[in-house]
Amino acid sequence: MEKYSASISLIIGRMSRKEFFAGVRAELPLLLGVAPFGMIYGILALKAGLPVSMAQAMSSVLFAGSAQFMAVQLLQNGTPLAIVALTAFVVNLRHALYSASMAPHVRHLSRSWKILLAYLLTDEAYAVAIGYYDEETPGEYKHWYYLGAGFALWACWQLSTATGIFLGAQVPSSWSLDFALALTFIALVVPALKDKATASAALLAGAISVFAFGLPYKLGLLLAALVGIGAGMLGEAVWRRSG
Amino acid sequence: MAALWLTILIAGLLTFLTRLSFIALFGHWQLPDWLRRALRFVPPAVLSAIIFPEVLMRDGSLAVQANNFRLVAALVAALVAWRTRNMLLTIGSGMAVLYLLQWLR
Repeated sequence: MEKYSASISLIIGRMSRKEFFAGVRAELPLLLGVAPFGMIYGILALKAGLPVSMAQAMSSVLFAGSAQFMAVQLLQNGTPLAIVALTAFVVNLRHALYSASMAPHVRHLSRSWKILLAYLLTDEAYAVAIGYYDEETPGEYKHWYYLGAGFALWACWQLSTATGIFLGAQVPSSWSLDFALALTFIALVVPALKDKATASAALLAGAISVFAFGLPYKLGLLLAALVGIGAGMLGEAVWRRSG
Repeated sequence: MAALWLTILIAGLLTFLTRLSFIALFGHWQLPDWLRRALRFVPPAVLSAIIFPEVLMRDGSLAVQANNFRLVAALVAALVAWRTRNMLLTIGSGMAVLYLLQWLR
């Protein structure tokens, strides 16, 4: 009996290891895009005046690329801290969608597994893991695959951030690298403009943000975002009805 | 500095709870439909609200003119982003245009 259970656990160990490394491998191509992004973050965080410890800690505590870039930009502009936290929260709300879509696949797991996998639920890990979950093949160990993908991304993000922080200390301010932050946002926003509704959300939010720039506590930013989101929803409803 | 650390911790905790939300609540609560529809517009709205003042304004006032180098560079970068959807090319072309204009001045 003991021998029997020992060989079972050996098989489980082998299966889970196999799934884990399959997840790591599936994540590798995405890391090509993530690593430079992490390095740029590290450089810019240091240029914005964040201490090394905080720049690196953000990568593990927040662990969300675009929210980290935004936090750096807002801190640099002297935005009140409550607005920084609120903006990061709003930007990360999309993770609720991933969470909803992942929930049925991980419902049988223990609480610690759920907490670990939730921490690792980023855009890139989600994209890889959900593709595997949606495949027809049955699998008792698919969460190991998700863990492998999530861990690969996590390790890459921490290492590339550290590299960027190291480089950031050597880049002179005359290089106008703060502008790279605005360019990063442009690179993120343009592919998100898929139709008239998203484009009007972006244009209206941008315009209001400029005209409400003088509002205290940088509240113009939140106002602009809320109006933009509302306009997008309204536009979507109207344009869908008119066909 | 302590307030800054607290901000990062709170933002991190909120992000983690967002990621955990439906994984923990499965079967108990569904994402309301209007919220699901709203989420699609969060990235374009928030990102544009940050980008526009950054490139259209100088020292707190509107600066829509050709000698606003950042605006010109941002427009080129947006075009590159639209054609290639490549992040490094977008950043590279925007920075190249900015450096070129600063050098020509």
